[in-house]
Amino acid sequence: MVENRRWIDILTHVVLIVGIAIVALPIWITFVAASHDAVRMTQAPLPLLPGGHFWENFTATLFGSGLSGTEIAPVWRMLLNSLAMALMIAVGKIAISIISAFAIVYFRFPFRMGFFWLIFITLMLPVEVRILPTFEVVADLGMLNSYVGLSLPLIASATATFMFRQVFLTIPDELLESARVDGAGPLRFFWDILVPLSRTNIAALFVILFIYGWNQYLWPLLITTDTSMTTIVISIKQMLEAAEQTPQWNIIMMTALLAMLPPIVVVITMQKLFVKGLTETEK
Amino acid sequence: MASITLENLTKSYGDTEVLHHVHGQIEDGEFIVVVGPSGCGKSTLLRMIAGLETITGGQVHIGDRVVNDLEPAQRDIAMVFQNYALYPHMTVRENMAYGLKIRKFSKAEIEARVREAAEILEIGDYLDRKPRQLSGGQRQRVAMGRAIVRHPKVFLFDEPLSNLDAKLRVQMRLEIRKLQKRLGVTSIYVTHDQVEAMTLGDRLMVLNKGYVEQFGSPIELYSRPASVFVAGFIGSPAMNFLPAHAEGGRLTLENGAVIASTTAASGPVTLGIRPEHLVADSQGPIRLAVDVLEQLGANTLVHGVLAGTRTDLTASLEGVRDIPGGQELAFSAPPEALHVFDRATGQRVGD
Repeated sequence: MVENRRWIDILTHVVLIVGIAIVALPIWITFVAASHDAVRMTQAPLPLLPGGHFWENFTATLFGSGLSGTEIAPVWRMLLNSLAMALMIAVGKIAISIISAFAIVYFRFPFRMGFFWLIFITLMLPVEVRILPTFEVVADLGMLNSYVGLSLPLIASATATFMFRQVFLTIPDELLESARVDGAGPLRFFWDILVPLSRTNIAALFVILFIYGWNQYLWPLLITTDTSMTTIVISIKQMLEAAEQTPQWNIIMMTALLAMLPPIVVVITMQKLFVKGLTETEK
Repeated sequence: MASITLENLTKSYGDTEVLHHVHGQIEDGEFIVVVGPSGCGKSTLLRMIAGLETITGGQVHIGDRVVNDLEPAQRDIAMVFQNYALYPHMTVRENMAYGLKIRKFSKAEIEARVREAAEILEIGDYLDRKPRQLSGGQRQRVAMGRAIVRHPKVFLFDEPLSNLDAKLRVQMRLEIRKLQKRLGVTSIYVTHDQVEAMTLGDRLMVLNKGYVEQFGSPIELYSRPASVFVAGFIGSPAMNFLPAHAEGGRLTLENGAVIASTTAASGPVTLGIRPEHLVADSQGPIRLAVDVLEQLGANTLVHGVLAGTRTDLTASLEGVRDIPGGQELAFSAPPEALHVFDRATGQRVGD
């Protein structure tokens, strides 16, 4: 907008501030709840200003048993589980899809397009649809309650394959030819040219896939029966239903805060590359 | 250094043959320009020599080896691409060193060769920059540097100057020529620009629709074009073509004018005369009805038609002229400046 009128500036700011307030309010309440003791959280009205028990709750949640009187794993253990699962899913998805995209774009083999469409069709089969057979397979392979079982079934990704294919298609053919004249074989071309050129796209995908992995709910719920393998996202729900007692809101909210942290860290540290990866066109 | 022999080279995509029986002997150290309009198969020919396209029929020899089934890297060639094809994530130095690194040259040897090439091309100051920080002309130099460091037997250029502006193109053209003379490496250069072709090549191969129309020195092509196509393609402004009837050495134009010549042809022919060979002569048989003028400063191009017909005719007069439209000018042409082509086949006849 080229308009330069004061009241428009004010109006836009008001709209933005109201928007931010709406988005931020639940997070604020989470933070406030995490800083009071258990007793205060059972009294009405709900506090709107932070209390003085933040660090107390923090250490109790992270290193103590968390919720008193239940048998769930310590929160640090669940964070670790979530982190392992999210990383394995993100890295695995990127590795597999970049390799399949490489094969589909740069090699001529029979039924090449057939394979591409086959991969593409799996978009129509998300985890929820194929959950019973997948569970059967994972159970038969003895991967219940393991990191591999948590991540492997979620690793195949048509979306990422498709995205890498589009990235590779924008790389001019002359680069491949020039690499061939320089004497680079397929693998060298992949490592020396394609991977560095897709760096920003890999970063963008990593952010998206990490959050996707971190937020997984249904699959981990199904295949982890051992409490030491539960992920943080599941545990929050479990805490709410903890046997026959009033929810300990201060601990639960602290857990929620902790669960929010890793995705935030990933987004903030990779923000620049993320934006570049989605917008950069120059190859 | 090596000679190149093209033997009966053909290329088909499915049932469509795009290159037909190309023959050619290229001597060691020669600079050959392959020239033709877009879609004539010139880039395909170059890429077949490079090994980037498969060869459907015939053979390519580089030196004394048949290279048909060799990978580009094994053919000992270096190629400069139209869009430079520099690796965008590598510095200039890394770009030039990449091929040597793959061939497992020692660090010292790579450094020495990169320095040498950088010195020749005067790009020493920006060895540590990325391609995107360079101008078009500088990228072009880097692309050539990448070719030079390998010390290949053959340089292949695929329209390397077409992305540069006109002034830079003229300058780089000269530099490529000097560089090739200095290094003495056999080179094949593809372009659609006939001026570039004339100025660069020791010999020119004119391609049209996948056929070699003529293969010879620039002056040969200019003074004795083998076909209407070559005659029209080489030389600027383009040659005039007038339908004529030949009999007993005399050429009768459409409007009845008779031109004396030495041709042995008879029957319907196409007469070619270059605009710069038309001599103003008030008694001359060729009458030009002026339409528009193009002032170039050193000379003036007079565009019009052959009087009494609708056949385009252009003459080039020295200096600045001011001729009103509609006026008729008379020209004559010396017999040695007349090119006679068979009207049906377009081939040169009668001498």
